[in-house]
Amino acid sequence: MSDGATLARGKRREAPAADLPPTLRRNAPLVPTDTSAGRALAAVIAILTFLAALCAGGAEIVATSAAQWQGSVAQEVTIQVRPSPGRDTDADVAKAAALASATPGIAATRPFTKAESERLLEPWLGTGLDLGDLPVPRLITVRLGSGTPDLGDLRRRLAESLPGVASLDDHALWLSRLSTMANTVVGVGVAIVGLVLVATGLAVTFATRGAMAGNREVVEVLHFVGADADFIAREFQRRFFRLGLRGGAIGAAAALAVIGAGGALARVWRAGPAGDEIEALFGGFAIGWRGYASVVLIGVIASVVTAVVSRLTVRRFLD
Amino acid sequence: MDARTDRGTGNSLLGGMDEPVVRFENVGMRYGVGPEVLSDISFTIAPHSFQFLTGPSGAGKTTLLRLILLSVRPSRGLVSVFGEEVSGISSGALTSLRRRMGVVFQDFRLLDHLTTYENVALPLRVQGRAETSYRAEVVELLRWVGLGERMHVLPPLLSGGEKQRAAIARALIARPELLLADEPTGNVDPQLGRRLLRLFVELNRLGTSVLIATHDFALMDLVDARRFVLGNNRLRIEG
Repeated sequence: MSDGATLARGKRREAPAADLPPTLRRNAPLVPTDTSAGRALAAVIAILTFLAALCAGGAEIVATSAAQWQGSVAQEVTIQVRPSPGRDTDADVAKAAALASATPGIAATRPFTKAESERLLEPWLGTGLDLGDLPVPRLITVRLGSGTPDLGDLRRRLAESLPGVASLDDHALWLSRLSTMANTVVGVGVAIVGLVLVATGLAVTFATRGAMAGNREVVEVLHFVGADADFIAREFQRRFFRLGLRGGAIGAAAALAVIGAGGALARVWRAGPAGDEIEALFGGFAIGWRGYASVVLIGVIASVVTAVVSRLTVRRFLD
Repeated sequence: MDARTDRGTGNSLLGGMDEPVVRFENVGMRYGVGPEVLSDISFTIAPHSFQFLTGPSGAGKTTLLRLILLSVRPSRGLVSVFGEEVSGISSGALTSLRRRMGVVFQDFRLLDHLTTYENVALPLRVQGRAETSYRAEVVELLRWVGLGERMHVLPPLLSGGEKQRAAIARALIARPELLLADEPTGNVDPQLGRRLLRLFVELNRLGTSVLIATHDFALMDLVDARRFVLGNNRLRIEG
């Protein structure tokens, strides 16, 4: 065989795949991936993603529960009727209930009897006490209908008909505090997710620098055979994106498993003696589709952050 | 073997109309604040020419090759490659110049985590070509250099001679306009050395300028070509 013919012919013909051993590896990553440093980075990303996803899931549970509390509390208002000397409290209660019932948009009213009102004090005063002589306020719970009743008008009419005796509490202060608390928890959750992603970026920066130092010869050879900085950066980015994807998927899956297990435990506990408290605190311990989407999104964002940070680090290193 | 184009003048057969592939003018090179390892080096490498670079160990052969390869910059003087003066060259232009060169390193510099096939295909792969588009070229060249049965092997499992041949194949695969080889036959038996030299000569006949750094006078005697002799930090051109 002539050498020149060999060189010239090689440019023209494509060999059928059968010419190659079937097991021949032909397109391995140019940057070694399965290294101990790579596995350690994937583990770090998995842990950070897990923590971020748990934070997001926790914030989502609080936000959902707060929304449920707000929804149920906002569906009710309370009229308080204070006993006054010389007045028939039962008549005042009936009058206030009638005023409420006559207001458009009110679905139902339920006056608490004197005995029921006194029972409300039992958690603080204990049982077996005779509260007959105490001026215990009487409550009327008013359930709102689907429309938007004019509570201002009801409040005004109560003040006119029962001045100094009846007052309307629409729980606005409590709702405002609840909303502030929920927003704070969600804000803290988002901040922690942000911090964790920043930590991921920093970890990837150091890992990329380490990988560049460890693969200095690979980078040099790639330069000598005609690879430009973009090509090399892409190769590193591909490697780190894979690592990030692996770490992100493991972290997100672990977080989903923990949240799922938490939900299952909550269901078991709800059947127990502390069930009401647990349900009141955590609702159904379910994060809903938005929560699941957040967890998956955090895994994806961790991978993308890994890829982008590694590419920028390599470009800065090469430039 | 006669690899000469017009070795006396360093010009090509086209009568000097072509621009030199490499031009050095009064080039000096020092590492850091040390003494100059190369002083007042002036030469040209014409298109389609063949030359050897020789001299004792430590004379600066590898440094001269690295200057041509643009992996180091001269301390003084002018270096021009493919007509482009290299001081202040952009990274994009540097890449395109390097794609026109093939290089065989003395220590091979094969990537240990890639198969022999992948190592040889590397210059084509970094150009963004699809693997199927260069498979035939790579296989044929690997078979020609006697590595047809070793293409799936990782470099750490290759013998010194096999690594040498893989490194040469990698340098040749992209049909470079300029081939730089640092002791390319240092680890192979004389018979294979002659065969590899014949490959370089054939490549030269196809239009590639070749510069081979070697100690091997027997090898140099096989080809009637110019010799760049380095000694005392200076270059002397023979032939």
